[in-house]
Amino acid sequence: MSNWERFLETFFNAKVMAKYLPDILHGMLVTVELAALVIVSGIALGLALALLRSLGFRPVNLLIIFVVDLFRALPPLVIIVFIYFGLPAVNVSPSGFISTWLSLTLVLMAFSEEIFWAGITSIAKGQWEAARSTGLTYGQTLMNVVLPQALRLTIPPLTNRTIAITKGTALGTVVAVSEILGMASSAVSNSYNPSPLTLGALAYLILFFPMVVFGRWLETRMAWKR
Amino acid sequence: MLQTFLNPEIIAAAWPIILAGLGNTVMLSLIVVPLGLIGGLGLAMLASVRKPWVRWPLMAWVDFFRAFPPLVLLIFLFAGLPFAGLELGGFACVCIAFFLNTGAYYGEILRAGIESVPTGQTEAARSTGLGRVQTMLFVVLPQAVRNVLPDLLSNTLEVVKLTSLGSVVAMPELLFQARQAQSLTYNPTPIVLAAVIYFVMLWPLVRLLSRLENRALAGRG
Repeated sequence: MSNWERFLETFFNAKVMAKYLPDILHGMLVTVELAALVIVSGIALGLALALLRSLGFRPVNLLIIFVVDLFRALPPLVIIVFIYFGLPAVNVSPSGFISTWLSLTLVLMAFSEEIFWAGITSIAKGQWEAARSTGLTYGQTLMNVVLPQALRLTIPPLTNRTIAITKGTALGTVVAVSEILGMASSAVSNSYNPSPLTLGALAYLILFFPMVVFGRWLETRMAWKR
Repeated sequence: MLQTFLNPEIIAAAWPIILAGLGNTVMLSLIVVPLGLIGGLGLAMLASVRKPWVRWPLMAWVDFFRAFPPLVLLIFLFAGLPFAGLELGGFACVCIAFFLNTGAYYGEILRAGIESVPTGQTEAARSTGLGRVQTMLFVVLPQAVRNVLPDLLSNTLEVVKLTSLGSVVAMPELLFQARQAQSLTYNPTPIVLAAVIYFVMLWPLVRLLSRLENRALAGRG
């Protein structure tokens, strides 16, 4: 057997791949579920915090800033490990899936709050004043004048950040979530062949490569004139 | 509550273990940040060659590694390559994975930086007799780095946080040591301690970044 054949036999073993394909597909489903949950809850919470911050209650704002800084500074894996291995000490035992979801949600919340807030503050004061002077209330001004302009500004950085954080679903494997990497790793130890990992890598590329390209396109498309 | 999550006795007992982990995290960061920067600089320099047959493969390379979760890359190197008879060990795997992954991110940032420097700068520098390399090194890069400094710092923050992945391949960094201490003491205090250390270590950078980013986005409106 030539070296090339041996390489193919090892990393692209058709038999092993066929056997574990259903597992990897199941893992893909779990990854997509987890990612979707994280994106929805993380961005919703981030936007909620940014809106709350725009009301301008000083103590509340200091608290928001602290929480945001905290989850920007902590590595996601540390948060996952704390929730999964630490909380059971007080008799709260979230599953691996819940732990990963919660952690990444908190991280995305922090980053998106920061981005939304930057977007809101970037809208010139005159816009607020003009809207308020025409008789719009504070809420109406925020919803109909400021946010539409702010959101456009935030979309490219938010997309890229969301992709980067969503990739963190792979961390779930550390706390036994049966997502792609978890499924692939256990398949490797069962079959004693690394082909499932190749398959897993492929699955990640199928999910995330289009997103990365989309993010790049958005960045050029929506680039604001400097 | 305090007895469980911040137990003073456990803190005292776990302190030396955690401290060793902190040392390793700092060391690891000092190794992988320059590695990523070197990789990124190489990519960005290549991207300044404006030929389609350089540009497209390069973009594909960068997007490939940006799409790939770093943990998957790390596991592939650590658990996959031994099947091909290539046993690299945790440290080497971490280095390679970071070189490829963070190199792609740094590369993208530096490329944007280099493109933000007007071509007149290059032309002027070249016309004064500077060589290509000199122009890049002394004229273009300093301006490029200044233009994308917030992004560079933000990525560096991510890289330092990412060193916690080393724990998965048994590198004795902060998180790994905290887990060890936790399983020795049956108490989550060491993990809280590690989290506090990460926070204290990285908070100044986060603060600085949030100011820089606010200013950058506001300047665009």
